[in-house]
Formats: sequence, structure tokens, C-alpha cells
Amino acid sequence: MSYNWNWGVFLEPTVSGNDTYMGWLLTGLKWTVSLSLSAWVIALVVGSIVGILRTAPNRWLSGLATAYVELFRNIPLLVQLFIWYFVLPELLPEKMGMAFKQSNPLWQQFFAAMLCLGLFTAARVAEQVRAGIESLPKGQKAAGLAMGFTLPQVYRYVLMPMAYRIILPPITSEFLNIFKNSAVATTIGLIELSRQAQQLVDYTAQPYEAFIAVTLLYLMINVTVMYLMRHVEMKVRIPGFIGGK
Amino acid sequence: MYELDWTSIPGAIPLLLKGMMTTLEVTITAIIVGIIWGTVLAVARLGHNPVLSKLSAGYVNLFRSVPLVMVILWFYLIVPQALKAIFGDDIGDIRLASALVAFALFEAAYYSEIIRAGIQSVPKGQVSAGLALGLTQGQTMRMIVLPQAFRNMTPLLLTQAIILFQDTSLVYVIGLSDFFGTAYKVGDRDGRLVELLLFAGAIYFVICFSASQLVKRLQARFVK
Repeated sequence: MSYNWNWGVFLEPTVSGNDTYMGWLLTGLKWTVSLSLSAWVIALVVGSIVGILRTAPNRWLSGLATAYVELFRNIPLLVQLFIWYFVLPELLPEKMGMAFKQSNPLWQQFFAAMLCLGLFTAARVAEQVRAGIESLPKGQKAAGLAMGFTLPQVYRYVLMPMAYRIILPPITSEFLNIFKNSAVATTIGLIELSRQAQQLVDYTAQPYEAFIAVTLLYLMINVTVMYLMRHVEMKVRIPGFIGGK
Repeated sequence: MYELDWTSIPGAIPLLLKGMMTTLEVTITAIIVGIIWGTVLAVARLGHNPVLSKLSAGYVNLFRSVPLVMVILWFYLIVPQALKAIFGDDIGDIRLASALVAFALFEAAYYSEIIRAGIQSVPKGQVSAGLALGLTQGQTMRMIVLPQAFRNMTPLLLTQAIILFQDTSLVYVIGLSDFFGTAYKVGDRDGRLVELLLFAGAIYFVICFSASQLVKRLQARFVK
């Protein structure tokens, strides 16, 4: 096996001429990061709401939230993505469907991937939020109610500030997962990192350099997220608790 | 409004079943190899040899930091060349072989973390007792610690297997026709992508939901 290593390939101009292959990778990185971050916002918001509803005293609300979690957890991410991208525009009212299909393809891909990834991760975040709330002593909720807080106020001022701190480590790993899962968007053609890796292989015939570079970029994202989240964890910890000051 | 038309599904059942066999082949191979290789990694990680321990940690962290899509693509690059070097040009379905290797090695990293936690959940006294009885380190691990550890972690191993079953759909990126890939191809061929995708989603849901309910029951029995 002989392979001609050529790391200089990243500085060569691409076929279209107005960019280097390094530029392609950076574009991919940009899409991976913006897709993951915007999906993460959806995941946190929807996941918190669904997680809180799962602990709600109303049977219908908690049932609905459970159904959401089961639905999104038991269908593969890839299948969900294809349903968002190929199926939903067909099932929408005609005008909306057409408007979606006529918009810029890049935005179509981004929008479908963002919704899919966000709502998929929301189901996982919801499970963590529920676990966090259930891990709190029952007395906390009772004490809040006894002090005259309404139930939403108990959640807002008593339960959630503790629950979020408790679930920070598993939330961190979900945050890492969303970056990794964003690679699935390559299947609908979004030009994120792993798509660019495949493109570089097709255009440069230097597969090892391309894959190594992209793998390193993913590792870099991972390290950055872990560093940031460790910082957040230290910032919000409470004296007197395990892991506290 | 789009009109759903399910008529292309009954005729595609044999193809879809064949795809499902591929899905199961990848899943089951990855479970078996993943658990065996994962056990080796976990034992190495917890062992006294610092070099082996570091190597195992590096392996697990590397695989856990890279997207599965990239791992599948990596092995689709490496495996065919390795096979060619060993067997010459006469090799079978490269895509299936690459997928099997990729999933087995990737899952091993995830299984090894579960197994490591399982081993650590066994009380230390068990090890001391085994050694005091005159068993060697290896025997203690094999006959005392691992049986108890595996009993504790069975629900987690099964849950991971369900996740793995869902993840195998990603072989789509190398064009292997598993259950999902077949459903997509049939839908594309007949112009019935919407129906086939919904059908595939429903089948995955039924299988994974029932499996996870079974695991929950099993877990309840273990706790008792």
C-alpha cells in the first residue's frame, strides 16, 4: 500500500477557484456549529417544558409529555430527519409546502435539520429535567406551596434552580451529542463538516488528510464544549452540596 | 393536499424483510463483538498496567468524541484497502464488511463504559474474598466480579442495544441497503417516498417501543 501524503492540499484552490479546500472545511465547521447551537436552543426550551410537564399533577399533561418522549426516542434520528425534510412539506397545506420547497435549498436543509435535531434532543433533555426534578426531596415542593407560592412559582423559584444544577453533567453530554448528531444532516445534503469531508475526498483524492482534518475539528469542538461546561458548572455550584465549594 | 397511497408497500415486503435482515446482522454482530471487546477494554482500563489503561481510555474517548457518521465513513475508507491487501481483489460486499467492523469497534467504546461502571458497582470485598480464597487476579475477575457486574448492568446493555438498532440506519451514508435504506429506495423508485418513510418510522417505533417496555419490566424484576 503506497499513499502519497499531501498536507498542502488544504491550501490549494478548489475547482470553482474562489476558495481553498481549507475554506471549505471552515464553511463546514460554521454550518455544524450554527446548526448545533440553534438546535440546542430548541432542545433546551422544549425539553424543559416537556420535562416539567412530565412531573405535572395533571394526568393529561403528563401523559402527553410522556408520549412526546417515547415518540422521539424510539424512531432513529435519520428517519426523523427524512420525515421532516421529505414528508412534512408534502403534508402541509399546499401553499406552505410550496413556499418551503421554493425557498433556498440550503435554508430548507438547515431548517429541517435544526427542527429535527432540536426536537429529537428535546426528548432526551426532558428525561434529564424530569429526573432532576424527581431527585429533589418532596418537602421542597410542599414547603414552597405552604409559603403561598403558586405551583408555577414553586417550579420557577424553588425546584428548577436546583434541578438544573443537578442535571448539568448529563446535560453537558447531551450538548456534546448534539454536535455529533449534527453530522446526520449530511444525508440531506447540508454542507456541514462531514459532508465537506466527503466532498474533499471526491475533489482532491486525498481521503486521509480530509478525514483526519475533520476528525480533529470534531475533537476540537468536543474539548471546547467540555471546557465551557466545566466553567459553567463551577460558576453555578452551591456551597454545601457535593461538588460544591 | 397530498393523497396518501399505501399500495406500493405490500409488494415491497420481501425486499424490506431482506433489508431488515441486514439491519439485524449489523446490530447483532455489533452487540456480540462490542460486548466482548468492550469487556476487554473495561478490564484493561481498570487494570494495574498503566500503559494498557491509558490506551484503553484513549480508544474509548476517541470513539466517543467522533460522530458515528464519520466513523462509518472512516471504516469505509480503511476496510476495503485492508481487505484488498489481505485477500487481493476478490472480496465480497465491501459495504457490509465495513459497516460490521465500524459498528463493532464503535459500539465497543460505548459498551466498555457501561461495563466499567458495572465492574465498579461490585463491592470491593468481593475481590478481596476471591483473592483470599487463593484465586488469581484473572480468576477473580472472571468468576467472581464479571458475573455479578453483568447481572447488574443487563438493563443498560439492552437499552444500548436498542439505541444501536436505531443507529444502524446510518449505514445509509455508505449506501448499504438495510431496512431504512431499502424503504428509501422503494419509495424513490415508486414515487411514494412519503408513505415509505412514514411506514419505516412506524416499524422502528413499534420495535423499539416494545423492546424498551420489556427492558423496563426486566429492570423492575431486578430491583425486587
